[in-house]
Amino acid sequence: MISIENLCKRFSRLTVLDQVNLNLASGKSYALVGPNGSGKTTLIKSILGMVKPSSGTILFDQKNIANEWRYRENIGYMPQIGRYPENMKIGELIDMMKNIRQEVNTVDEELIDSFKLYKVLDKRMHTLSGGTRQKVSASLAFLFHAPVLILDEPTAGLDPISVEILKEKILAERRKGKLLLISSHILSDLDELATDMIYIFEGKVQYHNSIEALKQETNELKLNKAVTTLIRQRELLDSII
Amino acid sequence: MTRLVKYIFSDILRTRFIVFYTFFLFASTVAFFQLDSDFGKVVLSLLNIVLMVVPLVSVVFTTIHFFSSYEFIELMSAQPINRRSIFMSEYVAVAGSLCMAYATGVGVPFLMFGAGSYVLPLLATGLCLTLVFVSLAFLSSVLTRDKAKAIGIALLFWFYFSLLFDGLILWVVYTFNDYPLEKITLTLIAFNPVDLARIIMLLQLDISALMGYTGAFYKNFFGSHAGLLFSFSILLLWAIVPLMLALRIFNRKDL
Repeated sequence: MISIENLCKRFSRLTVLDQVNLNLASGKSYALVGPNGSGKTTLIKSILGMVKPSSGTILFDQKNIANEWRYRENIGYMPQIGRYPENMKIGELIDMMKNIRQEVNTVDEELIDSFKLYKVLDKRMHTLSGGTRQKVSASLAFLFHAPVLILDEPTAGLDPISVEILKEKILAERRKGKLLLISSHILSDLDELATDMIYIFEGKVQYHNSIEALKQETNELKLNKAVTTLIRQRELLDSII
Repeated sequence: MTRLVKYIFSDILRTRFIVFYTFFLFASTVAFFQLDSDFGKVVLSLLNIVLMVVPLVSVVFTTIHFFSSYEFIELMSAQPINRRSIFMSEYVAVAGSLCMAYATGVGVPFLMFGAGSYVLPLLATGLCLTLVFVSLAFLSSVLTRDKAKAIGIALLFWFYFSLLFDGLILWVVYTFNDYPLEKITLTLIAFNPVDLARIIMLLQLDISALMGYTGAFYKNFFGSHAGLLFSFSILLLWAIVPLMLALRIFNRKDL
């Protein structure tokens, strides 16, 4: 559904994404893993058209997304750091998002209910804690029944109960056959949520396969063990070569 | 796009700055009317305010607004909305609210004290200057990610067009005063929206008779309908060209 071909992104001298090739299919759930600054968020923002690639193309449903905007109707995006107009109330923000996308008739307010955001609709965005902000971001991402969900560190900063609520929601959406792209550092969460793993390091895709295959390759039962084993194996290989 | 404009507009009104600006213009216009009963002199005094204050307020307000609505722009850019729509909505809302403030602040007192024939050119030049400097400020805002730098560039535009450029022209005139310079200065003036506005206004007033041969030459040019049309078209070009440039940069920018 989304195919990325030879994507490169340079910020002046720094190469953030280097020849990234990926094929993301509907019905699968991808875990995007990599150390800080490896280019995960840049990759996500490139798919959304917020970052313009230096070279390479991104196709969404076989159509190049350069200078396109309509394809974003199909994407629900939860940013890593939700930045919103600071003097808006939560309620106003949600209303505004609905109003701007009037073409969507039915909205999915399940998360607003389960996070109990209706109790704080009058709070202004600048008074919110990081966790509440994350809840708002999550609620907005799921609001329009988008067939593609891109979640940038969805569980970071949430309390354990909210994490469970969000995970349940993500699993429910996955069962509907949506494409999910989830970046996270919490591998135990990804173990439950994702079917495939993409490991990026220094802007290059180092590993891309199903999680089952990864576990078999590394002889581990848990994803976090498997990933650390994978990284150690790679480091070992690098040091030999 | 209209929905976006509505949201940005209500956000601008919430800061109340526009209200203060309207009130300031209103109060100073009324004050000049109280001081003098001659419309010509009132317009002349107002002209000095318009030429300095309107561009300054436009550039500072626009850059501050652009950076404080950066979150909004970022949020909208992840939605199925064209970047061009986002940018143009910002422009329409900012320029619209500043123009509204100017038209009310200066226009209403003229209606109260009886509108002279000068009010239309005064309003037109003020509105054009607002559009021009809002465009320039948008250009400086998209050139950099740093708010302080952007305000610096925007202020530089203002400083250059309001003060430096005149010095430059004076230098040209004094250095080459043995030559006929009318046509050259006329061309040079087209490169400065503030001077263009000033000359349009001055020639509406009768004081151009005091400006000698050059004044007569200008009167001949700017006094005619064709000349007036030409100078307003140049002013509009000054609004459109930086805006299009800013839009191009914004379309390719990483948010």
